[in-house]
Order: sequence, then C-alpha cells, then structure tokens
Amino acid sequence: MEAATLSGLTKTFKGLAAPALSDVSGTVRSGVVTGVAGPDGAGKTTLMRLMAGLLRPDGGSLSVLGRDPSTQAGNLRLRVGYMPQKFGLYEDLSVLENLTLHADLRNVTGDARRETFARLLSFTDLAPFTTRLAGKLSGGMKQKLGLACALLGTPELLLLDEPGVGVDPISRRELWRMVRELAGQGIAVVWSTSYLDEAEACDEVLLLNQGRLLFAGRPADLTGRMRGRCLHLGGVAGRRRRALSALLRRPEVTDGVIQGANLRIVLKENAARPDPAAAGIEGRPEWKEVAPRFEDAFIDLLGGGPGGESALANAANPRPDSRESLIVAEDLTKMFGDFAATDRVSFAVRQGEIFGLLGPNGAGKSTTFKMMCGLLTPTSGRAEVMGIDLRRSPSRARQRLGYMAQKFSLYGKLTVRRNLEFFSGVYGLSRSAARRAVESMIDSFHLQPFLDAVTEDLSLGYKQRIALACACMHEPDILFLDEPTSGVDPVTRREFWNHINGLVEKGVTIMVTTHFMDEAEYCDRIGLVHHGRLIALAPPDDLKAAAASTALPDPTMEDAFIELINRQEAS
Amino acid sequence: MSPVSPRRLKALCVKEARQILRDPSSGIIAFVLPLMLLVIFGYGINLDASRIRLGLSIEDGGQAAASFAAQLTGSTYFEVFPGSRPELDAMLEEGRIRGYAVLARDFSRLLEEGRDTAPIQIVTDGAEPNTASLIEAFMRNAWQDWRQARARDLGQDTAQGADIRVRYWFNPAAVSRHYLIPGSITIIMTVIGAMLTSLVVAREWERGTMEALLASPVTRTELLLSKLLPYYVLGMISMAVVALAAVHFMGVPFRGSVPALVVVTSVFLLSMLGVGLLISSVMRNQFDSAQTTLNAAFLPAVMLSGAFFVIASMPAPLRALTYLLPPRYLVTSLQTIFLAGDVWEVLVPDILFMTGTSVLFLTLAALKTARRLDE
Repeated sequence: MEAATLSGLTKTFKGLAAPALSDVSGTVRSGVVTGVAGPDGAGKTTLMRLMAGLLRPDGGSLSVLGRDPSTQAGNLRLRVGYMPQKFGLYEDLSVLENLTLHADLRNVTGDARRETFARLLSFTDLAPFTTRLAGKLSGGMKQKLGLACALLGTPELLLLDEPGVGVDPISRRELWRMVRELAGQGIAVVWSTSYLDEAEACDEVLLLNQGRLLFAGRPADLTGRMRGRCLHLGGVAGRRRRALSALLRRPEVTDGVIQGANLRIVLKENAARPDPAAAGIEGRPEWKEVAPRFEDAFIDLLGGGPGGESALANAANPRPDSRESLIVAEDLTKMFGDFAATDRVSFAVRQGEIFGLLGPNGAGKSTTFKMMCGLLTPTSGRAEVMGIDLRRSPSRARQRLGYMAQKFSLYGKLTVRRNLEFFSGVYGLSRSAARRAVESMIDSFHLQPFLDAVTEDLSLGYKQRIALACACMHEPDILFLDEPTSGVDPVTRREFWNHINGLVEKGVTIMVTTHFMDEAEYCDRIGLVHHGRLIALAPPDDLKAAAASTALPDPTMEDAFIELINRQEAS
Repeated sequence: MSPVSPRRLKALCVKEARQILRDPSSGIIAFVLPLMLLVIFGYGINLDASRIRLGLSIEDGGQAAASFAAQLTGSTYFEVFPGSRPELDAMLEEGRIRGYAVLARDFSRLLEEGRDTAPIQIVTDGAEPNTASLIEAFMRNAWQDWRQARARDLGQDTAQGADIRVRYWFNPAAVSRHYLIPGSITIIMTVIGAMLTSLVVAREWERGTMEALLASPVTRTELLLSKLLPYYVLGMISMAVVALAAVHFMGVPFRGSVPALVVVTSVFLLSMLGVGLLISSVMRNQFDSAQTTLNAAFLPAVMLSGAFFVIASMPAPLRALTYLLPPRYLVTSLQTIFLAGDVWEVLVPDILFMTGTSVLFLTLAALKTARRLDE
C-alpha cells in the first residue's frame, strides 16, 4: 500500500536562487523502509518536512495517507510520526517527562498510555533510565528516545530525519533492527541519510542531489547496473597512491579508491580492464571482480569520478623524506568537568603518512585533534608537533601546520577572494608570496568563476574546497583536517582525497578525522576512537583482519569497529 | 482561534513550568536580575546629588570667612576638602573633588562694606555640567542662608524678599528613589515579559523542539497560550517579589491597593509577552532575539517611558512615540499606586491603553506564530 505519493514536487525558499526541490516524484510504501538519500543540500530535509506537513510545496502534488498535508494537516498529525534532526527532545526534561508530553499531545491516555510506555521502553531499552534528563543521554539513547516519542500514537507513517548522525555504530545497528521491526508491522518508514551505506540498506530509496531526483527504486536495481564494472586490484607493490593516480588517468577508468592494500577501481561502461603494467604499476597486480556498492552507482549517475590529478599537490614543493615522528601524543587526556572527552590517548605520526582518527560524532576525535594543533590545552599528557611542545609554544607550532576546522571556518559575508587574501595575511606571508599563494589556490581549486561570489552563498562542497585552500596557503608540512568531507557529495569527497593523496606523495604529513568508515581505508594507519579512548591503532587491513571470523570472513570497516568495541567492552 | 484541548494545553504548560524550575537562567532572569536591578536603580541612580565632594580654599583669615566655611562644612550637600588653590587644582584634575570654592583674601572686607555680591569664586569641572550647575545652586542657597542667619545674629532686618518654602506632595522628603523605583520596576517587568519569552521560544526553534511540536497535533492557540500562561504567572510572582522588596527594604510607600497593582501588571505583562513572542517567532534564534528585544523593548523602556527621563521635556516626535510604548503607562500607574493611591482618573486611561497594546501585540504574535516552517 502506498503511504505517500509525490508527483512533480517543487519547493523554493525565499532568497535562494536554486530550488531546494525540483520536480521530485516517487512513492513511499507501507511495510518497507524507504531511504531519502543524498549529500547535504540535496533537499532531504525539505522533502521530509513536506511530508510532515511542516512546509507547503510550491508546485506538484503530495498525498500522505490519502490526504494533502498542506490542507489537511490536522488529521495527519496523529497518523504521522516525525523525528526531526537532533531528535527534537527537551534536554532539561527526563526521559519519562518527554514521553509524557508527547503522549498528552497525541491523546495517548489511561491504560493505552501505560501499555504503550511499557512497550516502547522495553523496545528501546530505556526502561532503566526513565528519570534521567534527556540532555544527559548518549547520542544513541537520545536517538532511541526521539524514536519512541515519534512512535507514540502508533503512526502509520514514520519520518526519521538523519537518525544515523551522531550515533555510534552499535547504536546505529540497533536502530536499524528496531526500524525493520516497525516496517514488519506494516508501518511506512522513511529514513533520510547522507551515508550511502545506509541508503543501500533501505528497501527502497529516493536518491537526491541538488534538489533533483536521480533515482527512485530498489537500491539493488541501481547497484545492479554496475555489475562487472567494479574491480579490486591486489598485489600492488610500491606506492598504492601513485598506482591509483596512474589508473585514474586511464580512459577505461571512471572512479577508484584505496581500500587497505587493494585498489578499488570502477570501469566505464563496456570498458576493458586496463593493463596494470602499462600504467606503470609494479609487483604482481591481479584483478578481481567485487560486488558493486551504492556509492559506485551514485558516482556513475553524477557522471563519474573527478580523475586522479590534484593541481594542489602538483603545485606543492616536495618535502624531504625523513620518516621521523612529526606528531606525538602521549597519554593525552582532556577532562570537561568529570567527563573525559579524551582519555589517555597515545600515538605517533611519521612524516609522509596519512593518519586517521575514526569514530562516531561525540567519540572525542575533535577534542584530541584540537589538542594536537594547540587549540585546546590538555588536562594531562604530552602533545608535540615537530618536536615543539604545544603546551609551551602553540603558536610556533601552528606556523608549521595547516588546520581545516570541522565547521565551515570562513567569513561567510566576504567574497571568496577576500577570504583567500585574509588567510594569506593571517599566516604572515609577505605581500608577493601572498599574491602567489592566492593565485596558485585559485588555479588549483578552479575558483576563478567564484572569486567575487559571497562565500556563504556557495555550496558546501565549494566552501570546503576554499577552506582547504586557506589551510594550505602557507605550504604547511603538516595538515590537520577535521572531518573535511562531512556532508559533501561523493564526487567532491573523491576530489578531496585526490588532494590528500597527492600532498602525501609530496611528503606532507596528514592527520585526518572522519566518521565515514570507508574513508578510513585511505589512511596508512587509523586509530579507532570510542568514548574518548583509542581502542585500536593499526593499518586498516590489519584491523579488518583482526575482526575476521568464520561467520564473517571479509568484514567491512564498520564490522571491524563494532567487533573491536565489543571486545574492548568484554575485557 | 483554533480549538484548544485542555489536556494538550496542560501538558505544554507543565512542560514549560518544569523547564522554568530546572533552568537556572529563567530563575535568574525572573528573581535575581530584578532584585539586582532594583538595588542598582534604587541606590545607584540617585538624582538627589547629596554629598558632593567640594574643595574649599580659605584665603581670608577673618571671622566671617571662618563662619561661612563652617556653614559649608556642616551642610549635608557637601563633603568639604580644605586646601590651597594649587592643591585643589590637582585634586580636581585627578577627579577626587567635583569642584572647589575660594573665599578670597578680601572676603571679610567686602562683607563689612555691605556689598551685595558674594565674593566667592567657584571652580567646577565643566565636563560635568550637571554637577557644575548643582554646585552653583547649592552654593547660592548656602550663601543666602548664611547671610540671613548672620543678619539675624547681627540684629539686622531679615525681611529681604519673599521666603519661599517648597512642599513636595506625595513624596514629602523629595527622595528621588521613591519615584525612580516604580520606573525601575517597569524596566524589570519589561525584561521579564519580553526577554524571557523571546529567549525561550527562540531556544525551541534552535534546538529543534519547535519542529517536533509543530509536527504534533498542537494547535496555534495552544502553542500561544502555553507560552503566555506560565510566563504570565512567573511575571506576576516576580512583580510580587519586587514590590515587597521595594516597600519593605527600600522604604517606598504603598498607598494604592493590591487589586489595582494586579490589574495594571496583568495588562502590561500581556503586552510585553506579546512583544517577546512576536520577536522570537520572527527571529527564531536566541542571539537575534536578545538583540532585538534589547533594542525594541529594553532601551525604549529605559529612555522613553518616563521612568528616569521626563517625557514632557522630550522633543515632540519622541513624545508622540512614547504613546505606543506600554512601559510609559506602567510607569505612571505604578508611581500613582505606590506614591498616591488608587487614583482611577490616572489608572483607568493607563489600563485602557495597555489593554490596547496587549491586543495589538498579541494579535501580531498570533499571526506570526507559525503552524508551518515556511510561514
């Protein structure tokens, strides 16, 4: 049964030139999980809000449970459950008080309320925490409470806006289990996400990009189109990054990433496998066909990957190979009150290495990161960059490193050119060096057409590119990148990794945080962060091998992470 | 008006009350801030200018100069610092005294000759013209008093001109605090009414809880009432606290009746809650709401309500503007209730005007209260 029908939906917001949604059609069926997938700015939240009756469309028609949400919202509010981003909870109310409020608002009273509460509390495992304030719950528990609130009044349509954000992988799996159960009871579940692995797990998916619908249907139908085109190249000797870059230059190849020791290559339609030797790849390279992923299909729909060149890296001067430990953390701890955001973390990063910190939001990655760039003072422990103690002379260390903050750190009201000029000045470049640096960044990132645009009007992908340009302006030997690819589309993510790979080839040392499990595969070594602790530190392949079992011989990075967390908690 | 379900309204009000009780910032805005402002406005702002620090240089050794100096030293208006001119100049420059008076070498001689002009030089800090003119006026009075007393002592005719005696009605001791405190209470109520509501509603927008509420069956009227009722109650309680503090600790008289106070406070609070709701519905974030409330409610309440600055002496366009401001009516109502009593000729027009502003701002707030995100 169809729970929602969208036809030609269009929505434009005042003051924005591009429509948030443009001519989107599709269906949401009862009893299945429908994914609304796409990068930031794709129009996911707008679509969810239209279905929840919180926005009125400009064009097209929308029917939810047989009614028009813009004129018959009153009737629908009891039948549609909606969990907004950030869960919509009152943080200063307890678990039970939040539930009671929503129960009262949805006319769930008396025996029905007692029954529903008991059922939801056991369903979400929140029964032991009914008196705890919602603000004091972990990300995963908040999400479950948000879900429980949206489930009061037994909705026929359940709208979940980015429920996977800010939640550790174990809680995310649990949520999937719960959502599957609800779909099994006949509820139509809509799950919006920017994670393509989540989209792949949905029964049906509406794939959006920049307000347009790219695909509607079963994810397997989309990935099926890519069958035979996705390959692993194993046995590569020497530098994998150089090999990847060489393959991406081949006309047969549309996309490629590093996956641990292997290269993962996607071919153009009907293209033959390129000869590794012809691309100058050493060792005993061997092709093996692998299952396509949703992301491969998405990139194919967007017209293929960005190639393997990085103008930024090409313009960079090579650094001498020293293989010394340039970044050292020793028993690094940061307390906020009695909460340890970073708990006795130790690692060392060698020159010319990509070191990744992997973990869900709130695990303590950014806190650790900020201590390493001298932005936060550690409560105890040692943080050193190029032998400079960050407690003693953070500014001297900062001269040698580039930092790209997690949140957009440019001046939104300034034009792109002014932002570039400002950051070249901040790093104290001489006038002529500053001019050269700005020009080189404009060339490397193809910013010429946007120079006079106001920065805040640009898409997230371009903002992130400019932020990276600003961080590289003074040719730092070390780059700190805090979630550089969060929320951007997969093609832009590829482009970012091209730059990162290229810079490392030039001898730049890179420390990066990410909560994309697959991105961790680009790193030489990764540290898994969970509840402020570094629970594992090894090359990605070793981590996956450590988690392999007979039941799961070829685990993904996420499988490995979950396995390692479980082992940690068991010990 | 959309329908109201008593259960939903009660649930929303209970939620709001819990938040008020748990969030220390509401308590601070509702109780600590008012008492602080009361003390600051009550004691800090004092138009009575008593005990001005005045230097005095006595260059005349005669008995008359000594007697006049004694008169000044004994005055409650001055705190006298004797010294030589160069010393006093230095003190004036350092700001340790506000001005100084010089009884010149020929002070006694000129008096003996029966001249009418006072041979006193006054040097004051022109950067503070207000204080300068106060010093001048006080010196004139002191001089007048001293000459009359001296004439009496000498057995001379004292019937020089009229003897003017001022009697201050309603505030016999002319304590400025007594009419400043009703003004202060007005400002406090403005802050509570507008600032508190605009912040809490903006916070709901910021934290995404508003979105969750809008997606539930809550109606526009319920949403509006659930913000009005709890903060109305909070505002009334804090009025009670402030009024009690003013009467019991600061010695302000209370000559009117409690019901009159309740009525004027109610219509005023409703106006300001309307302003706060209107602002936060439009702004939807705490920073912009706070800025707007400061400029649209707090500053006008301080400057244009007549709380401290006399409306009659404002330029005509500003004076016209004050009629739109609810605080203006609360200032006169409170001054009347505290200092004079229930003078209905004053209170009724005030109440009517404030009822009008309540209807105006609440209607605007209701129109702007979103039932959808793109409204």
